[in-house]
Amino acid sequence: MEQSEEIIRVEHLSKSFGTTDVIQDISFSVYKGEVLGIIGPSGSGKSTILRCVTQLESVTGGSITICGKTLVKDGVYAERNIQHEIALSVGLVFQNFNLFPHYSVLRNITDAQIHVLGRSREEAEHTAMQLLTRVGLSAKAGNYPCELSGGQQQRVSIARALALKPQVLLFDEPTSALDPELTGEILAVIRDLAEENMTMVVVTHEMAFARDTSNHIIFMDEGVIVEEGDPQEVINSPRQARTKAFLLRFNA
Amino acid sequence: MLQGSVTSLEVFFLTLLFAVPLALPVTAGRMSGNRILSTVTKLFMLVIRGTPLMLQLLVVYFGPSLLCIWINDRFGTNFRPAWPRFVAANAALIINYSAYFAEIYRGGIESIPQGQYEAAKVLGYTRNQTFFCIILPQVVKRIIPAMGNEVITLVKDTALVQVIGVSELLRVAQETQSRLFSFMPLLVAGVFYFVMNWAVEAAFVRIEKKLSYYK
Repeated sequence: MEQSEEIIRVEHLSKSFGTTDVIQDISFSVYKGEVLGIIGPSGSGKSTILRCVTQLESVTGGSITICGKTLVKDGVYAERNIQHEIALSVGLVFQNFNLFPHYSVLRNITDAQIHVLGRSREEAEHTAMQLLTRVGLSAKAGNYPCELSGGQQQRVSIARALALKPQVLLFDEPTSALDPELTGEILAVIRDLAEENMTMVVVTHEMAFARDTSNHIIFMDEGVIVEEGDPQEVINSPRQARTKAFLLRFNA
Repeated sequence: MLQGSVTSLEVFFLTLLFAVPLALPVTAGRMSGNRILSTVTKLFMLVIRGTPLMLQLLVVYFGPSLLCIWINDRFGTNFRPAWPRFVAANAALIINYSAYFAEIYRGGIESIPQGQYEAAKVLGYTRNQTFFCIILPQVVKRIIPAMGNEVITLVKDTALVQVIGVSELLRVAQETQSRLFSFMPLLVAGVFYFVMNWAVEAAFVRIEKKLSYYK
């Protein structure tokens, strides 16, 4: 793929909790329309990267640039308003959906549009209904999250994130909290988004999905990037012993 | 006795009216990251919840007078605190109940999953929007049973204000009983408290039902 606009640039990112280094010296870039897959064992720091990019964790060191705007440079953060501005261009889909239980499906998707972006109610509802139709849930607009299956809730949360028109959408193990039967519907939605050239970063344990949907794959272990490259190569013929050992468990 | 029950009702509603909102800043103080503020609040809550309400009523009512006498003695001033019984009674109950409510609020706030804050942050909500639109409504639902308990106790605690001479229902009933040599006034008072709490219970059931549209 030709090198188009750089959406995320992470340089020498590190994060420690106390004396524990969770990620160390991580660097990567995500370009417009690209899908980056991040795989690796639990506790390898995959989610921490997403949490640093979405400002849910503050970094210990390194730099993050989103759409040309510097969020943090060598561990020093930009001003509050710039942080907020950058936050709006990044969407995150959580493992546990984190829908607002007291809001209807529709309101979950419209509320931030109205109260954060200042869109009119009509516009917000129009956008929400379009997105709900897209994820196949327009009939559930009036329902509450507790009335939906896990897969449906996750689709609503994807719609909620998309409603703010982020430049990039991050997925933190979006199918890990779901029954195996329900993962398919979520993966299908992400695949559709990839086909529409949505820029995405997907942390996942679904190896086949990561291989088929991503343009680039990073394999992490113990806070560092062990191997990265073309998805087919990394997953089908890994070079590093650690990657081989990890993937063996999935192909077994 | 009618006047007595009106006084009891007044104490009840005034306490509720002020203690419910006043407990919110107390909760904020208790949960504050500021060590001094949270320690002071913790101490306040410890004292209020650790001493009898009856004692607190006495302190709130007589405290200012005793303090003024001490000051007047020392400095030759002539302060005369005008602190009506009824006001003192309400003040003591409001202080007492705001400490209890604050602890209930804190439990409710801490029971909201971290993911709710994170989702709100990622969607760009401000801290105030997050608290008042996302967190607080969920807290309200969760604390309803505990609040119901506390409000029922409040109905009965209004009887304590008689220690500082407020003529609430039970005191009037006792006086009437000794005047008439009849058990009837006490029975009537008992029925009144019971019916009152019946209404409180019914109100809470209604609120709970109204909020049951989500889990």
